[in-house]
Amino acid sequence: MDTDLGEYEMLGSIKGMFVTLKSTFKKPVTDQYPNKRRPVEARYMGFPALTWDYEVIEPYCTACMVCIRDCPTQCMTASMKDNVLYKEEKSHRRKIVDKFEINLNRCILCGICVEVCNFDAIVMSHEHEMSVHERNGDRVDLIELLDMGKRFQRDTKWIPPSQLKKRSSVSDKPPIVSPPDKDGI
Amino acid sequence: MVSYDDVPISDSSSEFDMLLNMGPQHPSTHGVFRMLLKIDGEVVTHAEPHIGYLHRGSERLTEVEQYHQVVTLMDRLDYLSNFNNEWVYCRAVEKLIGVEIPERAEYIRVILGELNRIASHLLFIGTFGLDIGAMTPVMFAFRGRERIQGLFESVSGARMMHNYFHIGGLKEDLPENFSDNISQLILRLREDIEETDRLLSFNELFVSRTKGVGIISKDLAIDYGWTGPGLRACGVRYDVRKSEPYSVYDRFDFKIPTTLDGDCWDRYFVRVMEMYESLSIVEQALEQMPEGPVNVLGRRLVRPPKNDVYMKAENPRGEIGIYLISDGSDKPYRLKVRPPSFCNLSALKELITDSYVADAVVILGSLDIVLGEVDR
Repeated sequence: MDTDLGEYEMLGSIKGMFVTLKSTFKKPVTDQYPNKRRPVEARYMGFPALTWDYEVIEPYCTACMVCIRDCPTQCMTASMKDNVLYKEEKSHRRKIVDKFEINLNRCILCGICVEVCNFDAIVMSHEHEMSVHERNGDRVDLIELLDMGKRFQRDTKWIPPSQLKKRSSVSDKPPIVSPPDKDGI
Repeated sequence: MVSYDDVPISDSSSEFDMLLNMGPQHPSTHGVFRMLLKIDGEVVTHAEPHIGYLHRGSERLTEVEQYHQVVTLMDRLDYLSNFNNEWVYCRAVEKLIGVEIPERAEYIRVILGELNRIASHLLFIGTFGLDIGAMTPVMFAFRGRERIQGLFESVSGARMMHNYFHIGGLKEDLPENFSDNISQLILRLREDIEETDRLLSFNELFVSRTKGVGIISKDLAIDYGWTGPGLRACGVRYDVRKSEPYSVYDRFDFKIPTTLDGDCWDRYFVRVMEMYESLSIVEQALEQMPEGPVNVLGRRLVRPPKNDVYMKAENPRGEIGIYLISDGSDKPYRLKVRPPSFCNLSALKELITDSYVADAVVILGSLDIVLGEVDR
């Protein structure tokens, strides 16, 4: 190696040691994980969960299958049933979710299901520690999903996004630009 | 299966030649990459790279996913520069359907893309130091990268697989505390980069391990289709952001750092200089960023007309290209990715031959490959 270092021989390692020495007296920034957990950001996308309508006492979800069709990994299944509360005129939902299952091992946390949902029924919760002992332990059913959703609603004081939109002024909606080609969209 | 017998034995090889299998679980291969080295003492006389251990069929999968679902697959190509991958794909589809995205969205894309470039280069510097045996820089580099990822989490909700750039703009506007966060981040990031730079760049142990190692000539680099920092280290001033400015890059004042020698140290140093430039682009973009909408299409189903498009962009690792054919349905007919890592890796055989085994690790590290993109 013919790199000319000249008088700088050994200076580099001394400089490196000096940096190490400086860091020795700094307060460590490491969090001791199981004892102390860092809070996640407000927009954090954890595993999907279903929300609970506390006004009517039923889930928001009507099992309309929009999220299931748009999921890139096909990790969800659902079925619907007639809503008993609708017949008693307590609810405006004609149909209601009967079964809902998400295989969280397949879920890639992309958030597309939340974007396409028309009923504010699904949210990306803040849960991310879902290790289980069984191979199929991460297949969560409706009850578990609603529990996750209720925890999320309680922790973040969740307001349905459609209500948020109604509250804020209508003028900040993006203008709809029609593309030049009518086959475009 | 490739066996040891497949390696051609040249006439010059002596009977003392030894075959050494490096990878796919070797830590210095940065993923699942395997090299079969024929070594004579400490000198590599022949190298045979094997790729494909991380092949997931991403290009085929795009043909069965709708246009807006493909963004999630683009995240997983080069998993260290996710925003840049999403960006070039979204630009390709936007050109197909012929929409202009709002100015604010363009600026936000530039800011996030450049921050992602810094994060990617920081990881390169850390792991490149590790390849050589320097344990400290990786701690400093990861601290800086962690800060950037914290910001990404507050913007997109995910630290790596964001799915934040949508066709026609962005998923949603920036969070309210973004301007505070980013002004703090830029200050701290500049300190982080300077500290790593001071620690490593002109350290004579580092220089003696990397200077003059793995030299590639300008012509050979062009012949192999090299792009990005590797090519600029040979003295070719080529950067897609300058040569064919896309998005709003023509409104920023930034330089393209180049060096002349084309060795490992130059490839490292070009990246360090690039980080300072990226930081200045972020600052300029923050100053110029207008208010307004961030998405023009909403979440309507995209059905581009029958056509094809080739779109390229400057990723941290070089020029990424997306060739997209549409047959008028809601799914792409074919999507071909031109990955920068793959083209840069193709010159490895030439670089490693006749170098020392210890230098082979340095040379591979200096190429900065991401196997997710090489194998797709």
